[in-house]
Amino acid sequence: MTAKPKVAALEGWFTLDEQAPQLLGSRCKACGTVYFPKQTSFCRNPACDSTEFEEKPLSRRGRVWSCTNASYQPPEPFVAPDPFVPFTIAAVELEAERMVVLGQVVAGVEVTDLKVGQEMELVLDTLYTDDESEKLIWKWKPVA
Amino acid sequence: MSNDIAILGVGMHPWGKWGRNFVEYGLHAARAAIADAGVRWQDIRFVSGAATMRCGYPGYVAGATFAQALGWQGAEVNTSYAACASGSQALAAARAKILAGECEVALVVGADTTPKGFLAPAKGYRPDDPDWVRFLVGITNPTYFALYARRRMDLYGDTEDDFGLVKIKNSEHGFTNPNARYRKKFTMDDVHASPMVAHPLRLLQICATSDGGAALVVSSLDYARRIGRGHAVRVAAISTVTPTFASEVVEMPDIATDSAAAAAVDTHRFRASIPLKAYEEAGVSPRDVNVAEVYDLSSALELDWMEDLQLCPRGEAARMVRAGETRIGGRVPVNPSGGLACFGEAVPAQALAQVCELTWQLRGQAGERQVEGASVGITANQGLFGHGSSVIVKR
Repeated sequence: MTAKPKVAALEGWFTLDEQAPQLLGSRCKACGTVYFPKQTSFCRNPACDSTEFEEKPLSRRGRVWSCTNASYQPPEPFVAPDPFVPFTIAAVELEAERMVVLGQVVAGVEVTDLKVGQEMELVLDTLYTDDESEKLIWKWKPVA
Repeated sequence: MSNDIAILGVGMHPWGKWGRNFVEYGLHAARAAIADAGVRWQDIRFVSGAATMRCGYPGYVAGATFAQALGWQGAEVNTSYAACASGSQALAAARAKILAGECEVALVVGADTTPKGFLAPAKGYRPDDPDWVRFLVGITNPTYFALYARRRMDLYGDTEDDFGLVKIKNSEHGFTNPNARYRKKFTMDDVHASPMVAHPLRLLQICATSDGGAALVVSSLDYARRIGRGHAVRVAAISTVTPTFASEVVEMPDIATDSAAAAAVDTHRFRASIPLKAYEEAGVSPRDVNVAEVYDLSSALELDWMEDLQLCPRGEAARMVRAGETRIGGRVPVNPSGGLACFGEAVPAQALAQVCELTWQLRGQAGERQVEGASVGITANQGLFGHGSSVIVKR
């Protein structure tokens, strides 16, 4: 059986570099505000009326702002394995960007294993697999 | 010059999962409020409705829908939609009309019929919709409540049982409330036996959606005096401020916060900013508050609200709950109605239901839930897309 091709579950939201993936945000050319997901047509900083943006890969590491888990299967468009396997979720604060990004945490890490302030890094992992391909998503993983 | 208006009448349709048309609940609440006010329907010159997005066109034009149900009599109408703050925004519209001298007495109504089960986002591949993206990643509404709760545990040392205490307290408060949907006194064993939904929150600690209706009849102070109601409870402030860029807290349905990396940008807590304008407008301080009705979408969120309302310093809400200070009979009772824990959320009616409860409390008509001697009460709620509100009611 040949492996299915790996594609981003959200196209253009992150690099497909499996060793050191990065979320792809945008940066306002006038005021420097960073956006994730990408903002490309207007800056939401009230002191800025710029419409010019450039792509901005985000920091790969941050610290846990908070965490929880999904004990029940979320509704669609979430694609759940059968049977459903609960997963951990983290909100991670990126220091340089001064923003918090949500994401699933890699399998095997329980919510009780995490603490606010703990360092996490971004990895790519399977969100789900369908007939055509393996859909990749970013996940947070504790820094060893 | 005072910007206060009088609350002449309040009324509610009991919360539940009745499965009837929302207009019935709104009409029931409106008639109760009109009877309580002692005015004639024909004397009301402005009907301000809080919209529901789930009941078709009549819901989008709720003000007109309720006016027609009561019988067209030529009053002007308005409809407001502001998520969980819809009722407060409808009340603000009525206040503006009254203070502008365009009408003397107005009716404010909100009602909802909620569907069963999850509200699933529209289908297809829609990465531009943050609501679609977060469900794709597996992030539900309880995820956000749980993130806030868990952060409290790590920052302030709150425990799962502290959140349980809030649930138990609210269930005791709402036990005798005839308008509450859930009237059962829960124990800590019940909480522990409830299934975990999003750690550390269990099913019993997350609010349901309900059908219900609430209404207010409000007037100018001059009108109130003329009909012998000069001492009626007053609306002293309504805050419906939007957030300030950049948000410190990740808000539903977003996958990330705004970045505060640009020069001269700081992070702000939206929830904490909502009551600030209300306190300023009413000219009262948090120390003056005798009773509060807050949006306990989760039992842990009630603790955040207590701090956002400055009823205690940040991080001390759990201590207040443990000491029984937020129970009826305590220093500042919170959610004497039973809160969302006992009601479930009926979006366009909920902010008005909070004001109904405070009105009964300040009149001394709250029966077994009565907060003795209450003279200043405050509400607080927050919804999607930068909507939130806080109303101060005083004697």
